[in-house]
Amino acid sequence: MNMEVGIDLVQVSRVEASLARFGERFLRRVFTDTEIAYATSAPTRTAERLAARFAAKEAAIKALDLADRQVGIGWRQIEVAREQSGKCRLILHGAARDAAADAGVAELSVSLTHEGDYSAAVVLAVRADRKPSKNVEETTGA
Amino acid sequence: MTDKIRQILKDHGRLSKDAMSLEEGADLYQAGMTSHASVNVMLALEGEFEIEFPDHMLKRSVFESIQAMRGAIEELTKGA
Repeated sequence: MNMEVGIDLVQVSRVEASLARFGERFLRRVFTDTEIAYATSAPTRTAERLAARFAAKEAAIKALDLADRQVGIGWRQIEVAREQSGKCRLILHGAARDAAADAGVAELSVSLTHEGDYSAAVVLAVRADRKPSKNVEETTGA
Repeated sequence: MTDKIRQILKDHGRLSKDAMSLEEGADLYQAGMTSHASVNVMLALEGEFEIEFPDHMLKRSVFESIQAMRGAIEELTKGA
């Protein structure tokens, strides 16, 4: 077994600026319906929640080593899902799911944090010794 | 087209270098463009050129230089 880690830091006020400048288009190109619903359910925390989710997507790209592999990945293909307990997990879709499976990633874990004007995320990708099936979405469980 | 790309980079790219005089092949990520800034650049390019980058084009190589962006925009506007 081997692991890769990814981290990303996003300034919340810059996400607010993107929302002000590009509005719905920024939301719909980057975030899934579920992510938008959660982030906008608390209007005073929308930008903070979006910033953390954007950081998670970028951290996942790093942990999965997708940037250097020149794989075209839409941000919506990496989704942060929130369980009732508050714990977050990553769900991969489409090309992101396929790339992770091809890389032998069996499990992903994500952690989000906020402080002041910054949100950050860390993603851990665990590769199994044996190449798993392509359906990473069902095997992450993180 | 190149001038419009440069202006968008100046407005949204958060580069540490002058977008208006940057070499066309210069690596924009090396010049300070963050992942979040690249989203803003993409959205501004889509608005300016009335295009939409499909998911398979959302990769580092498409946004890494002025030259690369121009090539991608030309591809998306071809035959339009």
